Amino acid sequence: MKEKLVVIGNGMAGIRTIEELLKVAPDVYDITVFGDEPYCNYNRIMLSPVLAGEKTIDDIILNDEQWYDDNRITLHKGKRVANIDRFNRKVIAEDGTEEIYDRLLIATGSKPFIIPIPGHELDGVVAFRDIHDVDKMLASAQQHKHAVVIGGGLLGLEAANGLMQQGMSVTVVHLMDSLMERQLDKPAAAMLKTSLEERGINFLMEAQTEAIIGKDRVEAIRFKDGTELYADLVVMAVGIRPNIELARQAGIHCERGIVVNDTLQTFDPKIYAVGECVQHRGEVYGLVAPLFEMGKVCANHLAMHGIGRYEGSVTSTKLKVTGIDLFSAGDFTGNDHTEELVFQDASRGVYRKLVVQDNRIKGAVMYGDTIDGSWYFDLLRDETDISDFRENILFGQAHLGDSGHGEENRIVAMADNAEICGCNGVCKGDIVKAITEKKLFTLDDVRAHTKASSSCGSCTGLVESLLAHTVGGDYSVAPHQKPLCGCTEHTHDEIRAAMKEQELKSIPAVMQKLNWATSDGCPKCRMALNYYLLCAWPGEYEDASQSRYINERAHANIQKDGTYSVIPRMWGGGTTPGELKKIAEVAEKYQVKTVHVTGGQRIALYGLKKAELPLIWKDLGEAGLVSGHAYGKALRTVKTCVGREWCRFGTQDSTHLGIELEKMTWGSWTPHKFKMAASGCPRNCAEATIKDFGVVCVDSGYELHIGGNGGVKVRATDLLCHVKTEDEVMEYCAAFMQLYREHAHYLERTAPWVERVGLTFIKEKVVEDEAERKQLAERFHYSQKFAQHDPWEERAKGVDEHEFVPLKQINA
Amino acid sequence: MSEKWIEVGGLEDIPRQGARVISGADGDVAVFRTQNDEVFALRDECPHKGGPLSQGIVHDKKVACPLHNWNINLETGIAVAPDEGCAARYPIKMEGEKIFLSLTPEGC
Repeated sequence: MKEKLVVIGNGMAGIRTIEELLKVAPDVYDITVFGDEPYCNYNRIMLSPVLAGEKTIDDIILNDEQWYDDNRITLHKGKRVANIDRFNRKVIAEDGTEEIYDRLLIATGSKPFIIPIPGHELDGVVAFRDIHDVDKMLASAQQHKHAVVIGGGLLGLEAANGLMQQGMSVTVVHLMDSLMERQLDKPAAAMLKTSLEERGINFLMEAQTEAIIGKDRVEAIRFKDGTELYADLVVMAVGIRPNIELARQAGIHCERGIVVNDTLQTFDPKIYAVGECVQHRGEVYGLVAPLFEMGKVCANHLAMHGIGRYEGSVTSTKLKVTGIDLFSAGDFTGNDHTEELVFQDASRGVYRKLVVQDNRIKGAVMYGDTIDGSWYFDLLRDETDISDFRENILFGQAHLGDSGHGEENRIVAMADNAEICGCNGVCKGDIVKAITEKKLFTLDDVRAHTKASSSCGSCTGLVESLLAHTVGGDYSVAPHQKPLCGCTEHTHDEIRAAMKEQELKSIPAVMQKLNWATSDGCPKCRMALNYYLLCAWPGEYEDASQSRYINERAHANIQKDGTYSVIPRMWGGGTTPGELKKIAEVAEKYQVKTVHVTGGQRIALYGLKKAELPLIWKDLGEAGLVSGHAYGKALRTVKTCVGREWCRFGTQDSTHLGIELEKMTWGSWTPHKFKMAASGCPRNCAEATIKDFGVVCVDSGYELHIGGNGGVKVRATDLLCHVKTEDEVMEYCAAFMQLYREHAHYLERTAPWVERVGLTFIKEKVVEDEAERKQLAERFHYSQKFAQHDPWEERAKGVDEHEFVPLKQINA
Repeated sequence: MSEKWIEVGGLEDIPRQGARVISGADGDVAVFRTQNDEVFALRDECPHKGGPLSQGIVHDKKVACPLHNWNINLETGIAVAPDEGCAARYPIKMEGEKIFLSLTPEGC
């Protein structure tokens, strides 16, 4: 018989945990849920838009009755649990309903704090916590005119905005001299106050409420200084407290919240707790993102998988008031040891402040333009050293090279038909609609449903901002240490370390040792593991061709109609009449549809039939033409100019250098494609400063540049160093490539990699430490011994014939 | 109508986690072999944009289309949610290591 799991609390935390549990272990428990509200699970953070009339209750239901039925979950709606009998493992509701449990999950959330001043029980005094409160406010707005909101925090301001939208005159009464003082510093709070005042909300700051006056219904409120303010609706939004009465009565250890460990277990091992009611490592949370992280870990332990620990959350905040964009995260006030970086442009209504300690972001406040909020938040959680780009950090990530969307970064101001994802043609309206209709919370969900940001990824920041703005700031941000893929809990770096330490030398060995969740992985992890193993065990690892993307398996590029294209290598961009004749001959013989000169100084042939590829390669090979690896996460081209040999400005022989670089590096597999260039003078005709590794020849030697990109995100290179001889260029190039091969995540270009690990790290390894540089170069050369075989020549001779020939021809 | 079985080859002709193409006048059929040596056949055309499924990566009982990474269930031919669509299935019969295919499509 199945064990019984009882959940107290039918809200976001409890049900999210159940959803996670059903994903990993659908058949372990008979599940029963108690909820004291007469509704199915709804999205509590969307109550503000409901109050503002922008959404209806139906819009914000997350799990309807059908969902409970489909998953065979017994739902006791509208039944408040009165007692937990831990001795008999029984839950008893106020109406007498009893349920036995083997495991119990407490997710009772929090309660609004009501200031116990005289009159707080009068009719017309409400909190802002649930649908019932919203109904009361909406009803009041029909009959009454004057609302007072006590509390100028997140919830209070959202309530004030909603009531104003409902036609009431609203005054916000705040104890402190600055709004949202727990999320905003004074300049940002002042900007917020100004724009809310412009919308018609009144403020009374530093006002302490002493009493609420009225006979049956509220008539006014009185302040400590004796003044009074007329009111026929009072909303108390001064804070929330973990709802722990039930747990406390049952003798479960509580402090401010129900105390749980890193597996979300309470002091009673049969009882777990998640959400706003818990206290974890001394912290209680009042936002949604931590609940989701807790739910995932808790579900894993309820499923008895026993993996995963919840280690606390860093939270960020956004205000869900349409048209107002603000963002806050971490410690934004700072202390004696921190510094502040501030950008302020009052007439554009933009304010940004970063609190920095030892070149690491500790907190951020943004007002007006928050597109970079998710970037700062990532830097904060990753504790990234920002010294390499500190001088530009306040101007945002766009300024570091993400030129994709330029100034178009105020998502709030964007029209619904503004295109967000240029690859897949997805507009702002499509994304917002999917988020609200399909109840999406994560970037991955949005990608799966809309395809936005799922191709080149350059609009990821915009999509994240849109998500944050649509569901509120507490959307579920991806954990900052991302697992390789859905098949594993481990990160890229953990997997690579384990491969080395445990001498894992095949994909099945890695999957088995590291407890893969799927039988044989997914395309994402298989391709990554194949590369990591190849890099870790050169000469030993046997390439798993079925774990390679088709282009690398077939050594040609698949096109949209299923035909292929091939690009022979042209060393350093040079060719000969003999090669050109052969290419022309092949193009005619195989009726090539398109002959195209690529951006990498080579010639591409399009529209080839797969079955003919080995024949084409045989013909090309007769003129000495070999694979250009234009299909691979590999060394692509080395673009050159003609340099000193011909050019009147040339300072060095860049053409020769380019050829030498290509001869050294061709055939190497890399985490993503790798492009090089060598320019003969600073005029830089070979565009070396947008390549992964670029050389700019100067009179005194060679400037080495790294981490450039001319594609998705235009990024100019960082200058690595200056060297004097060609030999040094070769050694630095080999060392840099090897460092990239060993450290970058699969499918991470050098540009984001350099930004992630920092230029300083790369300089330390490649420039400053000669021994390290030589070792890196040596490892590169060693792995090249096994990599430099022309795959075209091999296939022209019959290798992997099954890849190219149909299994059978049927002439029906 | 009784099914007409055509012998198309042996299990060892298809790489594990791979596929081969049966080319025909009315379009291609992709024959897949999973990690556990199960064999499935689908029309070699992704319901999304017609990508050749035979060129995709086979994982579990699914194939990822090489063009836009839609995942298609090999048993049912149905796209993995939230994507929607279906590729026609062709019955497969194994006799020992020999693979027989019926050209009468099912589903969709």
